[in-house]
Amino acid sequence: MLTMLQGLGRTALDFFQRLGRGHLLLLQILSGSHTLLPRFGLVIKQVFSVGVLSLLIILVSGLFVGMVLGLQGYNTLVDFGAEESLGVVVSLSLVRELGPVVSALLFAGRAGSALTAEIGLMKATEQLSAMEMMAVDPVRRVLAPRFWAGVISMPLLAAIFSAVGVIGGYFVGVGLLGVDDGAYWSQMQANVDLYKDILNGVIKSFVFGIVVTWIAIFEGNDAVPTSEGVSRATTRTVVHSSLAVLGLDFILTALMFGS
Amino acid sequence: MTDNNSLLEPPLVKIRNLSFSRGAHKIFDGINLDIQRGKVTAIMGPSGTGKTTLLRLIGGQLHPDAGTVEVDGQSVPKLGHSKLYQLRKRMGMLFQNGALLTDINVFDNVAFPLREHTRLSPRLIRTLVLMKLEAVGLRGARDLMPSELSGGMSRRVALARAVVMDPMIMMYDEPFTGQDPISMGVLVRLIRSLNDALGLSSIIVSHDIQETAAIADYIYLLSGGKVVAEGTTEDLYASESEWAQQFLQGEPDGPVPFHYPARDFTEDMLDLPAGGAN
Repeated sequence: MLTMLQGLGRTALDFFQRLGRGHLLLLQILSGSHTLLPRFGLVIKQVFSVGVLSLLIILVSGLFVGMVLGLQGYNTLVDFGAEESLGVVVSLSLVRELGPVVSALLFAGRAGSALTAEIGLMKATEQLSAMEMMAVDPVRRVLAPRFWAGVISMPLLAAIFSAVGVIGGYFVGVGLLGVDDGAYWSQMQANVDLYKDILNGVIKSFVFGIVVTWIAIFEGNDAVPTSEGVSRATTRTVVHSSLAVLGLDFILTALMFGS
Repeated sequence: MTDNNSLLEPPLVKIRNLSFSRGAHKIFDGINLDIQRGKVTAIMGPSGTGKTTLLRLIGGQLHPDAGTVEVDGQSVPKLGHSKLYQLRKRMGMLFQNGALLTDINVFDNVAFPLREHTRLSPRLIRTLVLMKLEAVGLRGARDLMPSELSGGMSRRVALARAVVMDPMIMMYDEPFTGQDPISMGVLVRLIRSLNDALGLSSIIVSHDIQETAAIADYIYLLSGGKVVAEGTTEDLYASESEWAQQFLQGEPDGPVPFHYPARDFTEDMLDLPAGGAN
């Protein structure tokens, strides 16, 4: 019983210590970010590796998710004679929910894990220590550009995911199932609100971008500098950021659309 | 107290009553040592005695539990972020595996500190980098990526990078480990010649006795968190310290025991209960 309590206490202490270290790191990144302004090229380079290289998985997934939405939506709507509303169903599902959430989950798997592994290996091979000894702050030189690259890329990737998804839904709904072309687009145009739907979706993906990139960078920086340590950190990034995205999605949805 | 602090010039690095622990394990227990200017000073001892930790304490990457670490008259643990980074610009460190940045080539690795800390023109940076690469014999390897270099070449590139800002002090962390005899000879010669030609002060952390003794002006032997012997190479070979003799002669048993602490061998073999189940 005592051992169990000790174990529980140790786990809780570890959790709060990690939480504290994570917040300290975020503060360091934010406070050191002003140095990136004159060297924005560092961020652009990371936007390429974090964002542009994630494009393929986002495009393909967005297309298929949109096609599935088109198919499922049509089968349900046709029972009520409302298949003309397919464009609204597909676009609202994507813009409000699936775009930000699925692209954040894919981003965590593709870019988050890569960020953690890269930073963890830089730590294991003493590259971060070497930078410190060269009087170059690794938080400002390595972590901050990656953080802002993630924050910038995530909303763009989510927007691309939603746009491609709408086209996927169009292929299936209009191209294969015979929904009226004009109705698909005009219903979408009339019922999707710029602020309520699109802006809220963008805010969601912005929040997910911050959280996923923060977790990925923290796990890499906090990894035990061994191959096993980096492997565990990479796994933790994917698990924790996926759970965080899903949990935050509920909270944000409740705040945005709860009333 | 050290003997070599009787020299007129104050030491570049002055360590007094330094204590440092990792968890319950005490790594340093009130050690004193001085690194004299212009000299090559070696810190030697068996693996796990905290030699690398000592370099990290000097570089301000770790903070001591007690005692002082002064570099060029500045107390390293008391320096704020900005002053510490200013001091580090005058320090060079060669890491055990080179620690080259793997996403950029040899030239960019050596140019890295210059680009980060100076506003020199690309032409001048090129000249400086090629001069340093020439000094380590790798001017022709400037376009190679770190993954294309051998272990010895990586360390030489890292050495060029470490001295590119013309530091006042160079710290070498196990520079000879895992090197073939040719690379080892090259590194030994480079460390001594760079120290003398650039007017550096060097600290070598190593357990390679022959190579280190060949170039060190002064040697500290560490064990069990204390300085157990110090002096010139000749002093140490003539030392009556059992510990120094065991280390220098490479004897398997002595003050540093061969056996990890365990219960009596006979009891263990007969598995007599003595407080342990295994």
